[in-house]
Amino acid sequence: MDFDLTDEQRLLKDSVEKMLADAYDFEARKRIVASGQGFSPEIWASFAELGLLGLPFAEEHGGFGAGPVETMIVMEAFGGALVVEPYLATVILGGGLVRHAGSPAQQSAILPAVAAGERRLAFAHAERQARYDLFDVETAARRDGDGWTINGRKGLVLGGDTADTLVVSARTAGASRDRHGIGLFVVDADAPGVARRGYPTQDGARAAEITLENVRVEAGAVLGDPAGALPVIERVVEEAIAALCAEAVGAMESALASTVEYLKTRQQFGTPIGAFQALQHRAADMLVALEQARSMALFATMMAGAADPRERRAAISGAKVQVGRSARFIGQQAIQLHGGVGMTMEFRIGHVFKRLTMIDTLFGDADHHLALAAEAGGLINA
Amino acid sequence: MDLRLTDEELAFRDEVRAFFRQALPAGIRGRLEAGHHPTRDDIVTWQRILNAEGWAVPHWPVEWGGTGWSPVKQYIFMEEMQMAPAPQPLQFGVSMVGPVIYTFGSEAQKRRFLPRIANIDDWWCQGFSEPGAGSDLASLKTRAERQGDVYVVNGQKTWTTLAQHADWIFCLVRTDPAAKKQMGISFLLIDMKTPGITVRPIQTIDGGCEVNEVFFDDVRVPAENLVGEENKGWDYAKFLLGNERVGIARVGVSKERIRRIKQLAAIEQAGGRPLIEDRRFREKLAAVEIELKALEITQMRVVAAEGKRAPGKPDPASSVLKIKGSELQQATTELLMDVIGPYALPYDPHEEGANEEPILEDWAATIAPSYFNNRKVSIYGGSNEIQKNIIAKAVLGL
Ligand SMILES: Cc1cc2nc3c(=O)[nH]c(=O)nc-3n(C[C@H](O)[C@H](O)[C@H](O)COP(=O)(O)OP(=O)(O)OC[C@H]3O[C@@H](n4cnc5c(N)ncnc54)[C@H](O)[C@@H]3O)c2cc1C
Repeated sequence: MDFDLTDEQRLLKDSVEKMLADAYDFEARKRIVASGQGFSPEIWASFAELGLLGLPFAEEHGGFGAGPVETMIVMEAFGGALVVEPYLATVILGGGLVRHAGSPAQQSAILPAVAAGERRLAFAHAERQARYDLFDVETAARRDGDGWTINGRKGLVLGGDTADTLVVSARTAGASRDRHGIGLFVVDADAPGVARRGYPTQDGARAAEITLENVRVEAGAVLGDPAGALPVIERVVEEAIAALCAEAVGAMESALASTVEYLKTRQQFGTPIGAFQALQHRAADMLVALEQARSMALFATMMAGAADPRERRAAISGAKVQVGRSARFIGQQAIQLHGGVGMTMEFRIGHVFKRLTMIDTLFGDADHHLALAAEAGGLINA
Repeated sequence: MDLRLTDEELAFRDEVRAFFRQALPAGIRGRLEAGHHPTRDDIVTWQRILNAEGWAVPHWPVEWGGTGWSPVKQYIFMEEMQMAPAPQPLQFGVSMVGPVIYTFGSEAQKRRFLPRIANIDDWWCQGFSEPGAGSDLASLKTRAERQGDVYVVNGQKTWTTLAQHADWIFCLVRTDPAAKKQMGISFLLIDMKTPGITVRPIQTIDGGCEVNEVFFDDVRVPAENLVGEENKGWDYAKFLLGNERVGIARVGVSKERIRRIKQLAAIEQAGGRPLIEDRRFREKLAAVEIELKALEITQMRVVAAEGKRAPGKPDPASSVLKIKGSELQQATTELLMDVIGPYALPYDPHEEGANEEPILEDWAATIAPSYFNNRKVSIYGGSNEIQKNIIAKAVLGL
């Protein structure tokens, strides 16, 4: 058993953290959020320069062939700095789908440009009626000569308003909640028939609702099996959940650190409020919650590539439950212990709370994954 | 012993309910049902409708507009109003400064201010908290120095709710800096139009602007605006805060939110059917309903005992109601987050005059902001930690 990072991983961690410390303080983040673009071109370029945008891609595609631990390192640092850039959307979701389902030709056409920071991706999958069920897809793709015509509505597309390329899931066969019959299509975000309504999200990033009306794509736009994409969607979403768990750990760590700092400096009744045992115990409970979440985020990272799908699913769902619960507790208590200032936009802590709240609602909240973990038979083999 | 309302109380409830159904403007009802805060105009319009009916200040002495209702009837009235749902009359006026004025104020102050409070001709705000004086309110520093027939006020208040609309602010100010903490504080009424006052908005995490900083720079306040005696302000403030016993739990607000949760969970889909059909969701909801029922009965016990209470004896009731009431307000906003699920994500404030179509239904767009906003209820009005200190020390003798 070994929880230590390799020298290379430590180097990655240091360089990401240094870049964020230099260029991504709270003021810089505010400006990026206020720009309405959802990302800073300069920051995106530094991500490319550091090799983050191609991290999990093969070397022949301009990547590093790095594994889930490296992704965890980057996401945890992003969580600590409250990064709003669409890294998850582009590299983990969009990039992951192309990496796992694309042909060599599709991979060479897309991934090098992503790694170079020249192309952003988004995964247009969720639909309003689907809630958290990945197989609930009504958007339809019909064969049309050599190619396909897509019609439907997609929602909550992370980074969807500024992406250059969309990966769209659509039903090629079966009924709207069938596991079989879902395909993935690479669609130019500016293609005729694609209408995007971008908006800010509660946590300072951007997303889009997307309508597809008679959008025509060539046969070469299909990623993998046009009726059998669900397993790859599930796999990529599991990787995204592991990444989000790591991000949440970074954010929780930063929430605890600012709370402890506040307890030491805020004076009431002639003493730092950290002198009150009720608050000391609360901070201690936050630390316990953080460590439980950190362990499950590590577990998710280790298990994201596991061969046995039942074990993998239980692990990922278990991690999402623990992280969701810890994040709720830590976020709420961080606000509470900051008193009035915790309620303000001017202070950073409220933004951490909002990001933690939203992470819980991405790809299934704690209740949803609790049910999945139970269905998968739990986590303890005893 | 009987937990049910009497026939007379039931008849009263029906009368009040019918009045609210008929008199509450549809626009106001619709905004509140969709989870919005009432606007300034909503609050004024509704309070004036109530005042015309003689119902704006039921709990006041009859000579100043009170109705003489029993505590139980007052409670029924308030809960029916919260469930209508209608805006509450402006608390800073009718529940805070009004009672202080009719209890401790001069005859001239009563005649001048009370009718205007009841009709919300003056909008009042509460200037207690300061940057350095939150939970430790008695450490407040805003200074009022007597110079002839004026007080000259210098300092800063913060978290002043809705000061942006205010005509008047009631303040705790330090008149004797040499006296021990609680002893040198006075209760002063200040016209917000007086030169030297600056209001700066503070944006809250939900995107709203309900609180402000208020700065005082050589603000000259006529000495006649002192309430009661100089340096006795702390007593009046304690009276004011202790007065809020009945409204503090906001049971009606949580009940109204439960109604919304059920209504919306019947619309939102989960697993291919309405969320309300999901057993786990129903159990979670029932758990909150059980606690709310318990709180409602606790509240009724307090209401029934009102008036029989020995004055000056510490009573856990306010703190119990504040702690559980705020927790349940927060729990109901969390249930609404469960209802909307992933669609909590868009920030979609539906600004007037915006040229883009809204992303979400009106009711859906308010859910995440209201979850964020309700974190405040365990912080203000004496935080839940402070309430637990009170229970432990004053009630349990620890
Ligand atoms: C939305 C909002 C509206 C408000 N409106 C008004 C208004 O209109 N007028 C007005 O005057 N004020 C208003 N307030 C102020 C409110 O009353 C204060 O925020 C509250 O008293 C807490 O003070 P604080 O924010 O300075 O927190 P602090 O007192 O600094 O508390 C920080 C944390 O320490 C805890 N703590 C403090 N002392 C102790 C202790 N002895 N033991 C254990 N824990 C402790 C608190 O519970 C809290 O968790 C409002 C606040 C908010 C958030």
